[in-house]
Amino acid sequence: MHLPYDILAVFPTLLGAAVAGLFGRVIGERASQLVTCAGVLLAAAASMMLFSRGQVSDHVLMDWLQSGELSANWSIKIDTLAALMLTIINGVSSMIHIYSIGYMKDDDRPDSGMSRFMAYLSLFTFFMSMLVVSDNLLQLFFGWEGVGLASYLLINFWYEKDSANNAAIKAFIVNRVGDFGFALGIFACYQVFGSITYADIFAKAPGLASDHFTFLGCTVPTLTTICLLLFFGAMGKSAQLGLHTWLADAMEGPTPVSALIHAATMVTAGVFMLARLSPLFEYAPAALAVVTVVGALTCFIAASIGLTQFDIKRVIAYSTMSQLGYMFIAAGVSAYSAAVFHLMTHAFFKALLFLAAGSVIHALSGEQDLRNMGGLWRRIPFTYALMWIGFLALAGVGLENVFGFAGFYSKDLILESALASGTGVGKFAYILGTAAVFMTAFYSWRLLIMAFHGTPRADADVMAHVHESPLVMLLPLVPLALGATFAGWYGYGWFGGADREAFWKGALFILPGHDSIAGVVDVPEYEKWLPLGMALPGIFFAYIFYMVRPEWPGKLARGLGGLYRLIYRKYYFDEVYGFLFARPAQAVGRFLWKTGDEIIIDGLGPDGFASLSRRVARRVGMAETGYLYHYAFAMILGVAGFVSWFWFKG
Amino acid sequence: MDSFPLLSVITFLPLAGAVLVALLARGGDCKTGVKISLGIGFVASLATLGLSAYMLHLFDPANTAFQFVERAVWIPAFNIAYIKGIDGISVWFVMLTALLTPVGLLSIIGGVRTRAKEFVIALLVLETMLLGVFTSLDLILFYVFFEGVLIPMFIIVGAWGQTKTGYAAYKSVLYTLLGSLLMLVAIFVTALNAGTTDMTALIGNPNLPPHMALWLFLAFFVSFAIKTPIWPFHTWLPYVYEETPAAFVVMSGVMLKMGSYGFIRIGVQMLPHASTDFAPLVIWLSLIGIVYASLAALAQTEMKRVIAYSSVAHMGYITLGIFSFTDQGFDGAMFVALSHSLVAAALFLGVSVPFERLGITKTARYGGMANNMPRYAALFMVFTLASVGLPGTSGFIGEFLTTQGAYLANSWYGVIAATGMVLGAAYMLVLYRGLFFGPSDKPDVAAMKDVNVREMAMFAPLLVLVLWLGIHPADFRHIYAPTLDKVISDYQAHIQGDTND
Repeated sequence: MHLPYDILAVFPTLLGAAVAGLFGRVIGERASQLVTCAGVLLAAAASMMLFSRGQVSDHVLMDWLQSGELSANWSIKIDTLAALMLTIINGVSSMIHIYSIGYMKDDDRPDSGMSRFMAYLSLFTFFMSMLVVSDNLLQLFFGWEGVGLASYLLINFWYEKDSANNAAIKAFIVNRVGDFGFALGIFACYQVFGSITYADIFAKAPGLASDHFTFLGCTVPTLTTICLLLFFGAMGKSAQLGLHTWLADAMEGPTPVSALIHAATMVTAGVFMLARLSPLFEYAPAALAVVTVVGALTCFIAASIGLTQFDIKRVIAYSTMSQLGYMFIAAGVSAYSAAVFHLMTHAFFKALLFLAAGSVIHALSGEQDLRNMGGLWRRIPFTYALMWIGFLALAGVGLENVFGFAGFYSKDLILESALASGTGVGKFAYILGTAAVFMTAFYSWRLLIMAFHGTPRADADVMAHVHESPLVMLLPLVPLALGATFAGWYGYGWFGGADREAFWKGALFILPGHDSIAGVVDVPEYEKWLPLGMALPGIFFAYIFYMVRPEWPGKLARGLGGLYRLIYRKYYFDEVYGFLFARPAQAVGRFLWKTGDEIIIDGLGPDGFASLSRRVARRVGMAETGYLYHYAFAMILGVAGFVSWFWFKG
Repeated sequence: MDSFPLLSVITFLPLAGAVLVALLARGGDCKTGVKISLGIGFVASLATLGLSAYMLHLFDPANTAFQFVERAVWIPAFNIAYIKGIDGISVWFVMLTALLTPVGLLSIIGGVRTRAKEFVIALLVLETMLLGVFTSLDLILFYVFFEGVLIPMFIIVGAWGQTKTGYAAYKSVLYTLLGSLLMLVAIFVTALNAGTTDMTALIGNPNLPPHMALWLFLAFFVSFAIKTPIWPFHTWLPYVYEETPAAFVVMSGVMLKMGSYGFIRIGVQMLPHASTDFAPLVIWLSLIGIVYASLAALAQTEMKRVIAYSSVAHMGYITLGIFSFTDQGFDGAMFVALSHSLVAAALFLGVSVPFERLGITKTARYGGMANNMPRYAALFMVFTLASVGLPGTSGFIGEFLTTQGAYLANSWYGVIAATGMVLGAAYMLVLYRGLFFGPSDKPDVAAMKDVNVREMAMFAPLLVLVLWLGIHPADFRHIYAPTLDKVISDYQAHIQGDTND
């Protein structure tokens, strides 16, 4: 039977969201769960069909915007990249929909929280799908902002909490700052290419590789500028250094949200954008170098912050940020395939880690501070085992040519590609990325040990209630754990193997001289062992620090003093931004309102002439003069001013 | 058209309704009187809406000339005629006026506690005046309606204003009246120089001496700048929004568009050279307005004033788009004009929902309304997102196109205008948070009931249109696009013709 799989992969989630969101109260919680889960499972099945069929298609649904030469359609463009992303998005989302049925059950609220939650999850999945199937920049932007909205709504799900409100607004606005760059990138694309459709842009990009254009009065390289503007948007969405401050705060949202949006899917949209626009970015090597450097710095700095945090979800959040840094390193050295590979493996193991962390939090009646955990492993062994799998995959443990967990393959491919690219920035990224491997392993086992081993530090009350999660929360973790275990081993051939071009079927574009994955075979053998050589000591030191000598971390922190505080306070990004932007914006706004409007403009304008007229009137004794005459007089003066200005101007 | 004077009927039908109300209904606060006046009001305004829709149905988008033209001799001594007609641009403003009046009448029921009958009259008169502005093709006739708008406005602001009543009324009326006086002078000068006040003759035939055109543009500019309002002529707007019932502010969404309409019709079409000369000035004022008003909105502590400043910022996009003289800028300006009328009306009706229940305007006095008023919270969220310009809503299309157009004119324009994306999100989300999120710790706020059927009926058409405009704008755009293309190509022909000389 010939079914429109592309439609079925995108729209059932919208339908589910609409039904649960609009009629949740009427149909009840159970029906809302049913309809949203059915929608996303259907979408997942259709996505897998698309992926396995491997056909390329571009289905225009309807025109959207047409103005002058500018036009954009509502479209579903399917190729390997889109189909793979759809499979990841809908697959992970299905698991998280099911998990949420259990996780959100105890969340009794006056309104029908459950229906609302499920509707938001499905709505997010719809926007994310629209993002990846677009054939033009505008629909990409639609999905992009739409997932931002869903993220805002879900971070703020517990909207009574001030901290959730703050985090949600922060996430939206920081993302909007990135989108400001994205929008300018679209404007510049239209200016340069005369179109915002991928196909047109990609066709014209090679011819413009060495062109310059005027931007903000300066003559700058055209494609580099456009790519950097677009990348600014990617930095916001993917929480890269500078626009990352929202991600850790976003952990205010319920844990399934963190798993789906702030780990597996939405935050990887920036990586997807670079892969999708590879035929454009390939002709802007300077922009790619910037991408690599930003990715490397993010990777390293986020990992270092992860070493010091105590909130279980924030540790994993910084880990996510750091792993996104790896993906950008890969994209920056033109190893887009490696970037998407890591995107996929990361989706599995990070979703698993978040959901397992959710199980821990659930077991401990809402406790998130690692300092109040400990000694849980016998009580929740299944969760414990899943967490091990997740961390083994995250730390990239495995043996060359034998078997490794998912991250082993994808992360190694990235680091080797960075080295093989032969550029200075590639080397730089390789060094920072390798150092981050050590930190990754350290914070992972630090978390694992603090949460599950040692003496229980939670209240006896809480400990008495510790329980394994219900089946509805555990079962969805199984496919994720299988992915975290085998996805790297299974997928390496597609993403890093010799037949990767046959896999991608042209969805990615790499200039002949840029193919760093091709150079991986020439990387010396010892370099291939280096990541593992960094991970194992990380695990070892974490074991010593938190298992054998638990007093050492405190001593080390005191010994490091300022440096520790710098890292613990997340390099003071929030404080600096608050000082530079958030507070001044309010103050300037107040000034413009109170002084600008009410004193200066009104003072010179209506009120001023009113009072002036009153004074003049009194003095001259024309007590009966209304305002009108004086206003007219004032206006004529103003007009005279304008006109003389223009006369003098020429 | 010699046959049925459709435009005149549409224009004066509300006025006839107002006369009927005055004659038939008892004044004061008599309950039956109010019912009768509202009943007549609805019949008149819905009939107007029906006729307008019929007109839209008959309207031929491909024909860029004025349609449904009516001509009659009015003051032959001065060659002044009664001319009416619409094109692809004005047809939408007529539709908006006709649509928003019944919505405004609905909001009278909850929002106007005293002298509702008189309010109905004022609102119907206002509708006639607005329809007159958008359908008149003689400058004098245009002026009569343009000024006529001030009468109901002055009465409404003065008689139904909440606090510092006198101040708001005088401030707004004097502000706008003074602008209008300059316009009157400009119209006389035009008439003396061109020998006619027939806009169809003046458009496309701007044979006014260049020096004179500059003066004329300035005079019109001040008038339209105040009406729009463009920074720094905007300070009357927050007072009016703050003080008047929602029923009026709903209409003022269209009222502000008289300025935008004037800029296109009289600025671009009748004075193209002067418009070009003044474009940098207007654009910079618009850009300052976008940033300035957004920042000021961020600092507001009263919900109605946030919407007011947000309106000033959005109107900045309209003038920015027009004076960028690009396809997208023009298109976007028209779209913002449509979208903003709906969104501003909806947002203002939105903040009036709790205001009418509790009489509180301070944002900080609310909070947690998402708990007890989920339907209201969801509705307000959609309109907030439209104001923020989220893709998929009407707000996005307009903001995107105007900023794209401005960018093409000069990348600085695009960059500055795009900051509105960030600032707009900031003030709207802060407002939303203040109203709907946080704990329900205020008993009076927590006790409020969700929106009722009447309120849903006000929001429903706006909701549908905001999403429809955002998802498939072509359905609206195809009506005005040919006319707009013609306006642009005529404009360019004039400018290029000039440089070729």
